[in-house]
Amino acid sequence: MTQSLPRPIANADSKPYWDAARERRLVIRKCKSCGTLHFMPRYLCPGCWSDQLEWVESKGNGTVHSFSIIRRASDPAFVQKVPYVTALIELDEGPRMMANILGEDALSVRIDDRVKLTFENRGDGALLPQFVRA
Amino acid sequence: MKSPASLKNKVAIVGVGESDIGRVPNMTGLGLNAQAAKRALDNAGLKVCDIDGLLTAYSFTEPYFMLGSVMCEYLGLKPRYNASMVVGGASPAVMLKHAAEAIAAGQAETILVCAGENRATGQTRDAAMAALLAVGHPYFEQPYGGSIPGYYAMIARRHMHVYGTTREQMAKLAVQTREHALLHPNAHMKTPLTVEQVLSAKPIADPLGMLDCCLISDAGGAFIVTSAERAADLKAKPIYLQGIGEYHTHEHLMCAPSLTEFGATESGRIAYEMAGLGPKDMDFAELYDCFSIVPMIELEELGFCGRGESGPFVAEGNTRIGARLPINTHGGMLSHAHAGAAGGLFGIVEAVRQLRGGLGARQVEGAEVALVHNEGGILSSHCTLILASDKG
Repeated sequence: MTQSLPRPIANADSKPYWDAARERRLVIRKCKSCGTLHFMPRYLCPGCWSDQLEWVESKGNGTVHSFSIIRRASDPAFVQKVPYVTALIELDEGPRMMANILGEDALSVRIDDRVKLTFENRGDGALLPQFVRA
Repeated sequence: MKSPASLKNKVAIVGVGESDIGRVPNMTGLGLNAQAAKRALDNAGLKVCDIDGLLTAYSFTEPYFMLGSVMCEYLGLKPRYNASMVVGGASPAVMLKHAAEAIAAGQAETILVCAGENRATGQTRDAAMAALLAVGHPYFEQPYGGSIPGYYAMIARRHMHVYGTTREQMAKLAVQTREHALLHPNAHMKTPLTVEQVLSAKPIADPLGMLDCCLISDAGGAFIVTSAERAADLKAKPIYLQGIGEYHTHEHLMCAPSLTEFGATESGRIAYEMAGLGPKDMDFAELYDCFSIVPMIELEELGFCGRGESGPFVAEGNTRIGARLPINTHGGMLSHAHAGAAGGLFGIVEAVRQLRGGLGARQVEGAEVALVHNEGGILSSHCTLILASDKG
């Protein structure tokens, strides 16, 4: 049934991100000018507007900054999944990203829990970065 | 950065109106706006030909391109100032700011501001869900099945974690808000609520249950803004804009600089500075309450209680009518109405009514100065305004 969950959509800003995910790598944007890392890839650095950016690989470790257990899904594709955990993960490298906490013990997650990267197959080789409790 | 130019005492709100509220299946969204606009015009004692500007927001149920022009067409207006503005729930307060700027600059004299949708009956449940889903980032949030309640739930969870705020304290906010709605003849909700009911309501996104979430109503709201000079000549009692400020920090929750500190502190600071007033000068406040945690965070951001202290502040009853700082005296979006941008607009309508006086059991005694706060997105876009019954 995983097939019916939404697949990632790549655009010009994010294609390298999703291509890396297909190789089970999580990559984030780093500004060559000011050194700031940011999540959600863009044309320029949101800190200093430099357009000299590079992709760096995250080690895939982080902490749960906050989370919610979704009991009622907005997206019909997720109705079969409830209850499930959406969480803001603070990567050890700094930036925060949205993800699900997967795994048997996901529903007992707490803020500040350590989590590590995994990937969820969304079909046709598309892999979505996800996290499990470390 | 230099402070924005002052708009203090440049304009007044001279008329307010609400459409029929609740489930109103015999009316379109545009019709609800028109009904509210007609009532606001009557309330101001003005004629249609007096309106030379219109501002409106957006509609999920009737998603016209160029909604401002569509609204003018529907109302038969040919204004020289017109726009539709989309900063989510912050739109009504931001529209008041733009109206004040236009009037102060002489670009228009009398501007109708309206918003509203038939969200309860004008769309299927699936269509409503799909529209609201679009608030999540399409590429980096939506693949994870987030929801608007889910994003606000993460903010609530973080507040509970950092400050020890409890679900009971949030439930008390919802219960107090309902008590206020019961004093309002046009509120969507008409039955009392208990803390136990809020805590045992259908869970939506932990820690938020159904009764921590705003309503889905059919509703339209409108107000009319004119120059302070013109307002002085009208029969209706003018309510003066003393200060107004906006601040925008992000749109999607994953890009929020913090989950406990938001842009309301800065929008409030600008508004207070312009008015030459502070939180202690406010007789009451109409805060944005799409979820029970939101007005609590705004109480902190706007300086009505210390950071992290909103839980006890609300639970002790300080925000009830008759207490230290009544908030959401009409019942807010939790119990009066929520229909798109009309939700926050009703806070402005209620502030004007309170400042004019004569509301009976709902009246805040000695109400002379009020603060209204609107926010849009996931506590992303903020606008704070201060209104007063005289020029001060």
